[in-house]
Amino acid sequence: MQEVMRDKLVAKAKELLTGGVVTRVLGWKRGEFCYDLTPGIFKSADELDKEFDFGDFAAPNLSKYLIDETRKEDGKVAVFMKPCDTYSFNQLLTEHRIDREKVYVIGVPCEGMIDNKKLSAAADGIKNVAVDYENVVVETLWDGNVTVPRESVLAERCLNCKSKKHVALDELVGYEDEITECNRFDEVARLEAMTPEERFEFWQGELSRCIRCNACRDVCPACTCEKCVFDNPSSGVESKAPSDSFEEKMFHIIRAFHVTGRCTDCGECSRVCPQNIPLHLLNRKFIKDINELWGEYQAGAEVGSRAPLVNYTFDDMEPSEAVERGDKNA
Amino acid sequence: MAQINETLIPVVGVITDVRIDTPDIKTFRVVTPDGKKPFDHRPGQCAMLSVPGVGEAMFSITSSPTNTEFMEFSIKKCGCVTEWLHSAEVGQMITVRGPYGNPFPVDDVFAGHDMLFIAGGVGLAPLRSVINYCRHYRDKYGRIDIVYGSRSKDDLLDYKEIIEEWQTDENVHVHLTIDREQEGWDGHVGFVPNYVKELGFDTNKMAVLCGPPIMIKFTLQGLMDIGFDKTQIYTTLELRMKCGVGKCGRCNVGAKYVCKDGPVFRCDELDELPDEY
Amino acid sequence: MRKISLDKLDLLFAKIAENQSLYIPSDSVEGAKFTKWTNGTALTNELNTVRGIKDFFFPQSEDLMKFKMQGKNIEVIDIRDEHEDFVIFGARACDVRAMTVLDNVFLHAEPVDTYYKNRREHGIIMSLACTRPVETCFCGTFGIDAANPEGDIVCHKTDDALYMNAVSEKGTALLDSLSDITEDADTKAVDEQKALIKERMTKLPLAELTTDAFGGGKTEKFFDSPEWAKLSESCLGCGTCTFVCPTCQCYDIRDFKTNDGVVRYRCWDSCMYSQFTRMAHGNNRNSQKERFRQRFMHKLVYYPENNNGMFSCVGCGRCLAKCPIRMNIVKVMKALEGTDNGSN
Repeated sequence: MQEVMRDKLVAKAKELLTGGVVTRVLGWKRGEFCYDLTPGIFKSADELDKEFDFGDFAAPNLSKYLIDETRKEDGKVAVFMKPCDTYSFNQLLTEHRIDREKVYVIGVPCEGMIDNKKLSAAADGIKNVAVDYENVVVETLWDGNVTVPRESVLAERCLNCKSKKHVALDELVGYEDEITECNRFDEVARLEAMTPEERFEFWQGELSRCIRCNACRDVCPACTCEKCVFDNPSSGVESKAPSDSFEEKMFHIIRAFHVTGRCTDCGECSRVCPQNIPLHLLNRKFIKDINELWGEYQAGAEVGSRAPLVNYTFDDMEPSEAVERGDKNA
Repeated sequence: MAQINETLIPVVGVITDVRIDTPDIKTFRVVTPDGKKPFDHRPGQCAMLSVPGVGEAMFSITSSPTNTEFMEFSIKKCGCVTEWLHSAEVGQMITVRGPYGNPFPVDDVFAGHDMLFIAGGVGLAPLRSVINYCRHYRDKYGRIDIVYGSRSKDDLLDYKEIIEEWQTDENVHVHLTIDREQEGWDGHVGFVPNYVKELGFDTNKMAVLCGPPIMIKFTLQGLMDIGFDKTQIYTTLELRMKCGVGKCGRCNVGAKYVCKDGPVFRCDELDELPDEY
Repeated sequence: MRKISLDKLDLLFAKIAENQSLYIPSDSVEGAKFTKWTNGTALTNELNTVRGIKDFFFPQSEDLMKFKMQGKNIEVIDIRDEHEDFVIFGARACDVRAMTVLDNVFLHAEPVDTYYKNRREHGIIMSLACTRPVETCFCGTFGIDAANPEGDIVCHKTDDALYMNAVSEKGTALLDSLSDITEDADTKAVDEQKALIKERMTKLPLAELTTDAFGGGKTEKFFDSPEWAKLSESCLGCGTCTFVCPTCQCYDIRDFKTNDGVVRYRCWDSCMYSQFTRMAHGNNRNSQKERFRQRFMHKLVYYPENNNGMFSCVGCGRCLAKCPIRMNIVKVMKALEGTDNGSN
């Protein structure tokens, strides 16, 4: 149920293109079905008319594509961003991965995106989908219309939406909302309450399903190394399959450490995992720890903020104190 | 021996001689632990050499099939496996599997013809086996011309063999060149493609070409300029390979697998492949 | 043809599992998944598993051999042994056809891959017809009949019974061994189901998709198409499509150092990965566009050229469901043949 409709966004994109403000528009392309939108570049009004789409399935966060787009010598690019996407954008600006001068950010309000996996589990053979605030009505191939509560098929990250406010913006289409209260750390707290053995077993079960497709890393707006250590033949850890159960966990744990303090909790990692691994929980654990050890911090909330882990001050606790507090949580 | 080809499991080979050819190329002599040649091969075929724990890589077999005692590999230092090999001493064991790929058509297409071999740098390695094969069965082939160039005199592979054996053969004509003037060098100076044009061969012969991609490109053009047809010219390709048996997918170009359908191609066959090699 | 009533399904599974491992599609946190049957393992209601049956014959990683190293000496240790017998129940028509695609590579193209052959010889496939195909299904495009799957024993599950028809020697032997708990059946119920499936296949959204434009010899036609740049522009270069694909078979061979030597193993690899073709002195596919093109050209042109026109896609729809950016072979085929939504 998106309040702002596709046509408004197309009109805005056309205006920017024809006015010469931008040379191209980064948005979502219509797919084969009603739900399979693909990120894409639009260079003409004709392309926008034919291929642009927006709605409850415009889940992909477009910010990471701007790294390549702003390296092109091709003027400005307009990009559509949902509120949570703008946090990733800011974080990329903070890390000097994007040239801000080459981007025109169009904010789009978001009422939450539908999780394809949940929807497919709720209804077989999806022909069409109609969404309102309360319900999702799925027109199916063999079972007629199947109605499910919208909340039951919303993406986890949307059920725990951290903000409906754009933190980066050149122009807004539609309305602006506020940073939201959410319970996103509840699941982390539940894991923290486990015994170490239980928790180990939980993660063992989750991570042993990993097929090392690297989708989590490749989609992650915080994973922007020019050459990932896991792709580098001379790093000694380049691998495509876990050679043992230790290495299996190492990939995800190292990745989580590497994005600590930079992860905005956009949730793309869990969205794309073909094996349904709740990868965002690893990152949230670190966010929760940072909040508790150094005070509340939201990566990407502003440009140029020094993350607690790279901002050393005399007031910082001693490492031993952090270890003690960590032990209490364990 | 057939069993080797069925699996990815190699046999053990022992390095019995290491010859320093150039500052970055060494030639390794390999036999089985009981002193035999690891397996038979045809000129232009390759073998997978490996150092367990370091990796496995495909190399052309540089010794001639007519050598029944041992195998030789001329290897340029440029990656993990090759670096490790360059530090290996005589007596070191490695693993070998093969032979892989299709050979040069020495017994049918080449037989009865004058031959022109053109190589640049380490590109002589795959040609050495076919040159020595032709020298061995000397009466099956006509005049043999060998054009070989490298950066400097020190970078010429198999220099001793060229001077002492090839050049002294009857009706074998070796044309060496180096890229830049060098003290102690009174031979030709210049790049291979130009030298080929300068030498201006008659076109009634088969040509075999190997070297860096840029050299191949210009030499091929040069040969065509002096009247050769692509069907007279053979070359050998190098792509990343893992299995050597056309299954791992790495060396797939168009409908061909370079490890299996190559590495030897006739140049007109290459035109049918997408430009990805 | 034999049948067993559905309330006795567990009895059937127990009987099969007496003599060999039995794997059935069952629900799990990752979605439906082939699970080793033990008492209580329940058959899923999902149409298909997240990953196909490829994994049983060509697992994500498998040890090939070991090396013992001492000083300058190396000993090669062949660790192959006979694989245990196993039965896969509930494989769908697309996934069974995928095995034929893999057989062409690992068994029929010389040399035979002995690791794959070993598993293949010891596995029995009980396929299951699809009464409820979903919108992402397009096996019919590749001439696969969801009403009549291939396999060793072909099964049809109706509201009250499971019908089984052995079509291979291995299948006949297995079905014979189940004769005391199954009963003879006529083909009426199965025929009715087949008619229903055939009718449903025509109603699928992708029912009209054909391979007419593709096949061997089409390299020149498609290789330089401007569509590749557009299709691949948002590709992440991850390996999801290749790893959930039941026919993708590229692999890497790697060494792993252990305390007492070196294990050489192979693992799935992906032509989508930037390292796939990288050599010490360069890479013949430097851009994601080239890597993306390779994957689809292989499935739609190169593979058919080498395999009498058979395509190496079976229309299972997994890439449609799993690609992070929702690019897939259907979009590629439609764009290449010039009939995608955008250019109608």
